[in-house]
Parts: sequence; C-alpha cells; structure tokens
Amino acid sequence: MDFDLTQDQRLMVESVGRLLADTYAFEQRKALLKTEQGWSPALWAQYAELGLLGLPIAEEHGGFGGGAVEVMLLMQEFGRHLVLEPYLATVVLGAGAIRLAGSPAQQGEILPAIAAGTTRLGFAHYERQARYDMTDVMTTATGAPGGGGFVLEGAKSVVLHGASADALVVSARTAGSRHEAAGLSLFLVDANAPGVTRRGYRLRDGTEAAEIALAAVKVPGHALVGEKDNALPVIERVVQAGIAATAGEVVGAMEAMQAMTLDYLKTRQQFGRPIGDNQALQHRAAEMMVALEQGRSMAMLASMMVDEPDAADRARNISMAKVGVGQSGRFVSQNAVQLHGGIGMTEEYAVGHFFRRVMVIEHMFGDTAYHLDRLADGVA
Amino acid sequence: MDLRFTPEELAFREEVRGFIRDNLPREIRERMRLGHPARKQDIVAWQRILNARGWAAYSWPQEWGGPGWTAVQKMIFLEENLAAPAPEVSSFNITMLGPVLIQFGTEEQKRRYLPRAANLDDWWCQGFSEPGSGSDLASLKTRAVKEGGHYVVNGQKIWTSTAHNADWCFLLVRTDPKAPKQQQGISFLLVDLRTPGVEVRPIISIDGSHHLNEVFFTDVRVPVENLVGEENRGWSVAKYLLGNERTGIARLGKSKERTRFALEKAREVNMNGKPLIEDRGFRTRVAQIEVDMKALEITQARVVSAYDKSQDGRPDPLSSVLKIKGTELLQGTSELLMDVGGPQAMPVWQQELAALTNEPALLPEWAVQATPAYLMLRAASIYGGTNEIQKNILNKAVLGL
Ligand SMILES: Cc1cc2nc3c(=O)[nH]c(=O)nc-3n(C[C@H](O)[C@H](O)[C@H](O)COP(=O)(O)OP(=O)(O)OC[C@H]3O[C@@H](n4cnc5c(N)ncnc54)[C@H](O)[C@@H]3O)c2cc1C
Repeated sequence: MDFDLTQDQRLMVESVGRLLADTYAFEQRKALLKTEQGWSPALWAQYAELGLLGLPIAEEHGGFGGGAVEVMLLMQEFGRHLVLEPYLATVVLGAGAIRLAGSPAQQGEILPAIAAGTTRLGFAHYERQARYDMTDVMTTATGAPGGGGFVLEGAKSVVLHGASADALVVSARTAGSRHEAAGLSLFLVDANAPGVTRRGYRLRDGTEAAEIALAAVKVPGHALVGEKDNALPVIERVVQAGIAATAGEVVGAMEAMQAMTLDYLKTRQQFGRPIGDNQALQHRAAEMMVALEQGRSMAMLASMMVDEPDAADRARNISMAKVGVGQSGRFVSQNAVQLHGGIGMTEEYAVGHFFRRVMVIEHMFGDTAYHLDRLADGVA
Repeated sequence: MDLRFTPEELAFREEVRGFIRDNLPREIRERMRLGHPARKQDIVAWQRILNARGWAAYSWPQEWGGPGWTAVQKMIFLEENLAAPAPEVSSFNITMLGPVLIQFGTEEQKRRYLPRAANLDDWWCQGFSEPGSGSDLASLKTRAVKEGGHYVVNGQKIWTSTAHNADWCFLLVRTDPKAPKQQQGISFLLVDLRTPGVEVRPIISIDGSHHLNEVFFTDVRVPVENLVGEENRGWSVAKYLLGNERTGIARLGKSKERTRFALEKAREVNMNGKPLIEDRGFRTRVAQIEVDMKALEITQARVVSAYDKSQDGRPDPLSSVLKIKGTELLQGTSELLMDVGGPQAMPVWQQELAALTNEPALLPEWAVQATPAYLMLRAASIYGGTNEIQKNILNKAVLGL
C-alpha cells in the first residue's frame, strides 16, 4: 500500500493550486457567478493549456493518459476553490462515455477537441421519473425510416451544464421496457440539432444545469456510442467515475470549511474570549476532522476502484464511498455553518457556498439513502 | 398521570381546526404546503383574520385583547395553526413585544401599541444582536444618551429579521457604559423605524432570500416615553422576553406537517423502481422521526402543564430541551423533504415567474422549494439562543456542572 503522491501528481496539484489561488478568490468567484454563463471561458482555455482537460484522455488523443487518482486530486483542488467550469460534465462524464465506448472515429474526433478545450459535452442520462434509478429510461430511439439513423424522443432532467454544451451523450431505449437493464443505448447528439430544446437554470450552488426535451431528434447511425442495447455497463462506469471525481471535490470543500471554521473559532470573541476556548466547540471541531479524514479515505477508495475490472466489487466499493463521503460532507458542512453562527447563514460569506456545493453533489448519482439501499441488498 | 386530552381540550382542538379550515385563504395554504415562506401580505391577512376572532394575541390575557387561554390551549392552537399549514402569527408582536409591554409597559404604552400589534397594524422587529454581540448579548454597544426629552441612539444592529418590512423596532441599547456589570447599563427602547437616522440594509441568506438586515442608527432621536421599564434595567426586560412563553418554541406542528407532506410526496417519486414510500430504508428514517416527535410532544405537554400549574410563571429550564429537540426535528424534517425531492430539489427555479409567461411547470415546485426551506432552517439552531448556548443553560440551571 502506498498513499503518497508521485512527483508528477504533486506538481500538478501545486500548479493548479497556484492558478486557482490567483483566479478564484471569493470576490472573483462571485463576479463569475453573476455573468450570464456563470463560469470562465478564459480559465477553461487555461485548463486546456495546462493539460487538465486532457488529464484522463489517452496521449494518442491529445491527452495526458492520467487515471482516476489524478482526476480526484484535481477535483480536490477544484473543491477547495469551488470551481465553476464544466469539468465534471465534459471531461469526467461526457468524455468518459466516449473513452469507454466510443468508436475509433468518435474518439478521434471528440477527445482531442475536449482536451483542446474546443468542445464541451453534457451527459444526458437521468430522467425526472427515474430519480436515481439508472435503468429507468423512457426516452426512446427508434430506427429512422429509410434505415441507417435513429429518431430520439423523450426528456432528460438536471443535465449538468446541459444548456451550454456543444454535444450531448444521450441514453435512450432501443429495446425493452422501463426499468429493464437491457435495451439501453447511448448516442452522441449535436446539442443544437432540430428537436432538442434546452431550458437552462442554475442549481443551488450556482452551477448550471438544464431540462432537455428531445422531440423527433434525428441522428445518423454513426451517432451510436458503443454497443446497441447494451449501454448500461457503460452508463454505470461513467456514473462511478462521476462519484469518484465528486468525492475528491467534496474532500476539497470539506478541507476549506474545516480551515475556515478553525480560523473562526480562534478569532471570534464572545464572553471576552475566543469561542474556540469552549471545549464543546473543540470537540465539535475534532468530530469534523474525524469525518473529514473518513471521507478522504472513502474518496481515495472510490478513485482506486474506478478501474477495477470486477463489476460487482467496483459497484459495491463505490457505493460505500458515496455513502461515506455524503455523510461526512453533510456533517462537516452543517457544523461549519453552525459554528459560524449568523455569519455562516449569509450569501456574503464563503462557508454557505461550500455547504451548497456539497449538498448538490450529495444529490447527484444516487444519494446516501440510494447507495445504502444497494449496499443493504448485498449484505451477506 | 393521563396522556389524554380532556373532552374540553379535544372540543377546543376541533373548534380551532374548523375555524382554520373555514377561514384560511386557499391560496395562502397552498403556497405554504408547497413550501414557500409566507409573504408579508399573507402574514398580515391571516393575523387579521385571527385577530377578528380574538385569537391573534393568543398568549395575552383577555384584558389586552387576548383569549385568556391556558397553556394547553395555546399549545393546541399553535399546533393546529402550523399543521394547517398557516402563516405563524408575528412572534415579534405577539410573543415578544406584547408580554413585555403587559408586564413592564406604562398604561399609555399598552393602550397605544398593544391593539395595533395584535392586528399587525404595526410590524415589529427585534433589534438585539450586534456584530460583536451574539451569544454574548450583554456586551452590546449601541449607545443611547439622554438629551432633554429624547434618547439619542448611535450604533448598529445585525441579523434583524424582517426589519425591511417593519414599522417599529424594540431595541436594546447601552445607557450606562460605566455600570459595574454589563447587564446593568442596558435599556429597552421602542423605536419608530421612520425616524431620521435609521438605515436598514439587506443581508441575503444562503437560501437566496432577503429576511435578514443590518440596521444602522445615526443620531436617532427616540422620545423618552418610549423607554420600557426603568432606565438601565433593560436586561431584565430582555430576559423576561427571551424566557417568556416557550410554548411554541418547538414548533412541533410544523415538523409534523412537513413529515406528512414528505410522505405524500414519497408516493409520487421512485426509489429503485418502486415508489419511495415502499422503500424500507425510507420508512425506517420516517419511523425514527416519528419516535422523536412523539417524545417531544410529551415533553412539551409536560412543560406546558407544569407551566399552567406553576404560580411564579418562571420559565422552565426544560424549555431548552424543547428548543434543542424542536429545532433538530425542524431541520431533520426539512432535510427529509429535500431528500425526497432528490435531484429535482437542487435547481433554483421560480415557477411563479414562469407562470407569468404561461410556461409549463419545468420542475415540481414542491421539490424546488424544499431546498431553500432546508437551507433557511439551518438557522433554527442559531437564532433564539444557539443550541450550544441552550446546552450551557441546561448545565448551569439543572446539571450544576
Ligand atoms: C436567521 C436568523 C434570524 C435572526 N433574527 C434575529 C432578530 O430578528 N433579532 C436579533 O436581535 N437577532 C437575530 N438573530 C441573531 C441570533 O440571535 C444570533 O445569531 C445568535 O444569538 C448567535 O450569535 P452569533 O451569530 O453572533 O454567533 P456567536 O455567538 O458568535 O456564536 C458562534 C458559534 O459559537 C458558539 N458559542 C458561542 N458562545 C459559546 C459558548 N459559551 N459555549 C459554547 N458555544 C458557544 C455558538 O453556539 C455558535 O455555534 C438571527 C439570526 C439568524 C441566523
């Protein structure tokens, strides 16, 4: 066992940390949130230059050939600064699907463009009625008359950065009925294709998402990503990569909240002394640290499990990580607000922004209860 | 020992429930069910309907326009009102200002302010906390200097809920900075917020709403007849205010109503291919909440019936138990509903704005509203004396550690 970072990993973390320290101060981020886009295309270009957008993409496609551990380390930095750019949607989820299942032609076209920062993707899988259920897909793809292509019909809900993506990886039923594991397929769809309607909004953490309606959207046969009728294993792996990446992000956010809270305990005076002099609050801070370290371990577990070949083992460990990180995140963020008193409740103070990012992540890819259920089914 | 309500109490509950059912405007009820915070106009409208029935000032004696209820009746009324769900009567007007004026006010103050407070003709707010004085309230610095017939007030308050809606503010000020103990130099003033020199600035909270404010006082002249109680004795007034009337502190009716609503919605959303309501894990979580609510219901009833029997009317230290568990349940049930909403609870989406342009419902409104409610309720363990401070009170008052 070895939990140390390699030289390259350390260098990456340091250079990203420096960039974000300069560009993501609280006031700078607030200004960014107020722009229409809500994130920075200029920074996106810088990420491309630093090789971050190609981090998990193979070298032959213009990437760095990194793995889930590198992604987690990067996301941890993103979490510390509450980065708003669509990295998760584009690089982890969208590109993840293409990496795992795309044809050589799709990979050759899309992945270099992602690494270069010129194409952004959305992962349009979950539907409103499905909540967290991965097989509950009602969107259909039927063979287009005349052969060759498909016609997509349906709706996708809370698609991360869906309104500003250039293309969408869309799941649809090519066979089977609702809830059936078999019969799902993935398609690469031009986000501006006729019949695609996107209604964008912000999530509670300020990031963008969209409701997407697909009405008689025609795609060519080569838009199919991976095997027809057998996309579920790919979808699962994409979601698992998303869980591992956001686990890193939550760890970064917890670190930031912990640091802010400790600082506040030392400086805020009530009853003529720092509030941190109260042993009750010292113990709470220690409990936050316990949660943070347990969460950090789970984030490591998730990232090391992303490429585990045994599907059942992988799913089980990643569900454990989602639960552990979710619970740690909730505990740390709720207490971070509590120990700040009134100031923690305000939009003008950073802790609430971290709180909401952690909350939004907890409700992605299956919440704590969902993954506990899956784990409970497997208890033997 | 008997856990049952008396026949009279049961009849009273029916009467209250029936009145609310027949008189609460449907639109207000529906908005509250969907989880919107009550709007100013809704709060005013409902309080006036209650006041016409003689119930708005539910905790006041009949002499001053209250119904003269027992503590058990007050508890029943509050629970039914929250369970409806209806807007709560203004706690600033009814549970804070009213009892203080009845106890410490002059006849003139009572006549002038009480009827208007009951009818919400004046909207009051509470100017206690300051940037440097939260849990340690007695360290407050806002200064009032007597000049002829006026106090001249200078200083700053913060976290002043609804000050932007308010007409008046009851304010704690320092009138004697040299008093041997901090608590001895404080006075309680009534301030008309239209007085020159008062400036209210908004604070946006993490739910995105404007509820909180900073209030700045620059040479604000307050007539001396607006002093409540004696000069430099304001701390006892404040303590009476904070300790008085803890019947409603647990707001149990709201936790019950939100749990019922979450159960209703759990039939409409899915978990692993079945309705969430059929999910064992979910049912276990709700069962735990119900256990906690039941225990609190009985603890609350114990506190309330002891209050009815006690002669001195002093607050029961057990009211800190009500505050701690009551706020934990408010937070827990809001968390439950947000989790039921799941991914659809995460967007910021104003259906009301969309409705203006006839757009179809993009997202379920109840789910979208569940998250700001959850976020705002994180403050429930901060305001009204933080839960840490409540535990300190229990230590000092009961445990003697
Ligand atoms: C939504 C909201 C509405 C409010 N409305 C009003 C209002 O209308 N009018 C008004 O006057 N005020 C209002 N308040 C202010 C509220 O009363 C204060 O926030 C509260 O008293 C805590 O003070 P503080 O925020 O300064 O936190 P602090 O007192 O600085 O406390 C920070 C943290 O330290 C802890 N702490 C402090 N001292 C101790 C101790 N001795 N032992 C253990 N822990 C300790 C606290 O529990 C808290 O966790 C409101 C606050 C909120 C959040």
